[in-house]
Amino acid sequence: MTEAFLRTPKSSLSLQRSLSVLQRMGPAIGLLLLFVVLSILSPDFLIAGNLLTVLRQVSINALIAFGMTFVILTGGIDLSVGALLALAGAVTADTMAAGHGMGLAIAAGLGTGLLLGLVNGALVSWGRVAPFIATLGMMTLVRGLTLSYTQGRPIGVENPGFALLGDGYVAHLVPIPVIWMFALFAISGFLLRGTVLGRHVVAIGGNEEAARLSGVRVPSIKLAVYGLSGLLSAFAGIVLTSRLYSAQATAGVGYELDAIAAVVLGGTSLSGGRGWLFGTLIGALLIGFLNNGLNLVGVSSFYQQVVKGAVILIAVLLDRRK
Amino acid sequence: MRTPRLIAIATLAVFATACSQQGPGESGAPAAAAGSARTIGLAISTQNNPFFVELKDGAQKAAADAGLQLVVVDAQDDPARQISGVEDLIQKKVSAILLNPTDSSALTGAVQSANRAHVPVITLDRVVNGAQVASHIASDNVAGGAMAAQFLARRLNGKGNVIELVGVPGTSAARDRGNGFNDEAEKLGLKIVAQQPANFDRAQGLSVTENLLQAHPNANAIFAQNDEMALGALRALSGSKHGPVVVVSFDGTPDAIEAVKQGQLEATVAQQPAEIGRLGIETARKLLDGQGVQKSTAVPLKLVAKDSAL
Repeated sequence: MTEAFLRTPKSSLSLQRSLSVLQRMGPAIGLLLLFVVLSILSPDFLIAGNLLTVLRQVSINALIAFGMTFVILTGGIDLSVGALLALAGAVTADTMAAGHGMGLAIAAGLGTGLLLGLVNGALVSWGRVAPFIATLGMMTLVRGLTLSYTQGRPIGVENPGFALLGDGYVAHLVPIPVIWMFALFAISGFLLRGTVLGRHVVAIGGNEEAARLSGVRVPSIKLAVYGLSGLLSAFAGIVLTSRLYSAQATAGVGYELDAIAAVVLGGTSLSGGRGWLFGTLIGALLIGFLNNGLNLVGVSSFYQQVVKGAVILIAVLLDRRK
Repeated sequence: MRTPRLIAIATLAVFATACSQQGPGESGAPAAAAGSARTIGLAISTQNNPFFVELKDGAQKAAADAGLQLVVVDAQDDPARQISGVEDLIQKKVSAILLNPTDSSALTGAVQSANRAHVPVITLDRVVNGAQVASHIASDNVAGGAMAAQFLARRLNGKGNVIELVGVPGTSAARDRGNGFNDEAEKLGLKIVAQQPANFDRAQGLSVTENLLQAHPNANAIFAQNDEMALGALRALSGSKHGPVVVVSFDGTPDAIEAVKQGQLEATVAQQPAEIGRLGIETARKLLDGQGVQKSTAVPLKLVAKDSAL
């Protein structure tokens, strides 16, 4: 456990403290159990190649979920992440298709995500729109923008350097998206733990009014948090575009729910103010290893969804009990 | 100040030269798959469409008959999920992969990974661009689209105002059916008044048709690029005051054949999805036994209209 569990001051009684130790271990114990079970059930599971493959599969969801953790910590939600991912991917691919370099293309994609994320933040903080509604509107709007921008067709990418971003390996072993995932985990973790911004994020989620009265500039923090979520989604979109050799107009449908599931599985409270980024990483890994393991064991794809839904419900229920 | 910078540059250089598109264990000898030598993987695009369920059933039956084990992974129409599924099959060391791609451009990398792991890939129903596959098995969609246009021209004596419901844009099925239909329709003098994607989906077929009927009161025919969209369109027609509309579709799923028998659907260009699945297994078995296989196999189509459906 490299990162302390962030709590609001009111929950720091000693009984609650010891309970929360158990609580924060829950997701990690779950992941460990899953590992043991899958290793017994499938001889192909516990192999370095497979584990690295899963880490790569998880990376897109993890990148989105890191941003989502900040949003949920403030007591908000961001439903537009999957749509932003698709638009940022399309903008990046199209910029390259127009003959520009990879650097400009990536900057354009990231800029798109950041800008629209900031619009989300502005709607929530100054527009006083409920986060669910603001980002739902943004999701629909951006989906439409992406479809009209791409005319529903995939945009192919032929830049070999760009292909490395999502499809490459370091030293023939570690997939590059995995490097992104751990790098951004470290950066986001620092933002949340080591900066004033992070403390203010948690304070807002704990008690927004109290935070405001004690001098936290609530609107600016929310703006930053939704902007960060947009930026990370755009980055995930760029990595995904690289992996798919193309930007897909319908990419990322339902990804917002996977990201929220990762955050909640990791033990972050949906009502805000309580949670941690390490849990989110574990949550994303849980979902990824479950997907992979069920395929390796050969569970019918119909039952896979039943199992995944049940795991999420049980995990959240156990979290409540403790 | 100078030394740390040098170290940073050196690290970066090492990092950069170490980057490649080749992953672990992908350059070695053919995977020695002792326990699972007779396991075939099937990566299917979706099971939310009876056509692909039939394809899967055909493959499962053929695999059982041939004594092969079949592992199915479902992409739920998400290319990223399908890549994961294909990777999982490679990790499971299946002997061959039957790939029914969600999309023709996104699966290139996954097929290349399979090639590097020496797992042969056979594509079903849709192609994968820019990748090497052992064999491709599909209906001749261009010819099928033309068949639908010919039927409509006969049925409407060449005076048609056609609404075209388009499948998932970017898929080869949508493109080929569309091209086959559009070219033949132009030759035969049919007018296409509207073309809109309903993504091979029944619910979207319903809503898109409702809108288009409103916008085009003169339309007297609908060509749907698959049965699901046509069945949605039929629901839209039954609830509207629009004049008579002839609906023709593509695939020949059991629901659609039933609708033809009842006279709601005029005709469907029937594919044989179960046959595509069966041929996929057949081709995989030949590959495993070291026999030669055809680079591509066209599975025949036939037009099912009311008089021929019985």
